[in-house]
Amino acid sequence: MSNYKKVFPDAKTALDGLLFNDMTILAGGFGLCGIPEHMIVAIRDSGVQNLTVASNNCGIDDFGLGLLLQTKQIKKMISSYVGENKLFEEQFLNGELELEFNPQGTLAERCRAGGAGIPAFFTKTGVGTVIAEGKETRDFDGETYLMEHSLKGDLAVVTAWKGDKLGNLMFRKTARNFNAPMATAGKTCVVEVENLVEVGDIEPDQIHLPGIYVDRIFEGQNFEKRIERRTIRDS
Amino acid sequence: MAWTRDQMCERAALELEDGFYVNLGIGMPTLVANYIPDSMSVTFQSENGMLGMGEFPLDNEVDADLINAGKQTITELPESVYFDSATSFAMIRDGHIDLSILGALQVAENGDLANWMIPGKMVKGMGGAMDLVAGVRRVIVLMDHNAKDGSPKLLKKCNLPLTGAGVVDTVITDLGLFEIKNDQLYLSELAPDTSLEEVRERTEAEFVQ
Repeated sequence: MSNYKKVFPDAKTALDGLLFNDMTILAGGFGLCGIPEHMIVAIRDSGVQNLTVASNNCGIDDFGLGLLLQTKQIKKMISSYVGENKLFEEQFLNGELELEFNPQGTLAERCRAGGAGIPAFFTKTGVGTVIAEGKETRDFDGETYLMEHSLKGDLAVVTAWKGDKLGNLMFRKTARNFNAPMATAGKTCVVEVENLVEVGDIEPDQIHLPGIYVDRIFEGQNFEKRIERRTIRDS
Repeated sequence: MAWTRDQMCERAALELEDGFYVNLGIGMPTLVANYIPDSMSVTFQSENGMLGMGEFPLDNEVDADLINAGKQTITELPESVYFDSATSFAMIRDGHIDLSILGALQVAENGDLANWMIPGKMVKGMGGAMDLVAGVRRVIVLMDHNAKDGSPKLLKKCNLPLTGAGVVDTVITDLGLFEIKNDQLYLSELAPDTSLEEVRERTEAEFVQ
């Protein structure tokens, strides 16, 4: 194990020394699916303040990023949809919380670009809407595009299904979502996995995200994996 | 009797073609999937990272890692594929998705769409709607012809903040089917027992038949 410097025992130790006030955190997940649930609790418990958090959503009142709203540790959210969260609404309307809406694909691409050395890109998304206000536009082949800047975080906190001790990751089903692009766009990236495995246990061809992007990894215990809208059909 | 909601969905399903990749918005558009003939093969995309969405799970099949863009639990199919959000929106942005069907608050006669916010009310966010309408090859709006207070939703110009400018190709309401070409709105089909006069009365937008 001592050969594997990226491996940590739990969320608290994996985040040790990485959290500071006024930092920007990229948090993977879509809704409550694939969120770094152990690290969100550890960030809360650390007491770090004035966070800017980029995440597609902001959890629900009592789970996921909603926990950091309860303690008012978030100063600003960068999200595409925050409709699931009463606490969010309350703090936003009180002026306690800043909000920057990004179209979902623009948010994902800002992270992808951030992790790929691309400082900005042009997209059709949002042209002619409030999203375009104050942004440079340019025409290509007779169509107008909007310039969007890439997004980098001081820290990316993401979740994967399986990871080996070098940080090579495999995601599961729709829990991949923002976890992959965000993992590449943090100055530091910490991953919680459901299963920490030996190097070689994941087929090289089946690795979704190479461990080069991952700085620290730990196996989360007792994932709660809450479901937001349990919807079933009759048998 | 104009079209019921079910009949609107049934009419929208006729716009699908065999082999299409389709993204359905949350709410009424989701029901369009119920009207696809068995002979037709259509692949549904969920913008949170999946092609080949299956039906809702049985109670014992529920999987927290498998949800749709409305955060409902779903199932996979033999042909399903998963990918990350950046890849998902790359295929949306570049027009690899053939068709998107979504709801609207307002549509203007030039194809402007407003469906994400009402100023003064809590803003929930646009989610993937701005990306979908900007990128998907054809955009169909499925909506009631008038708002609950009776006011028209097909307008000369939207007064709510836009989701996209000039992005709508087709509008299906309870009164009929409209097409938008070169900034001009055309009434292509009238719902049964609906008169042209009634449509004109309940529509602010200029349209030609």
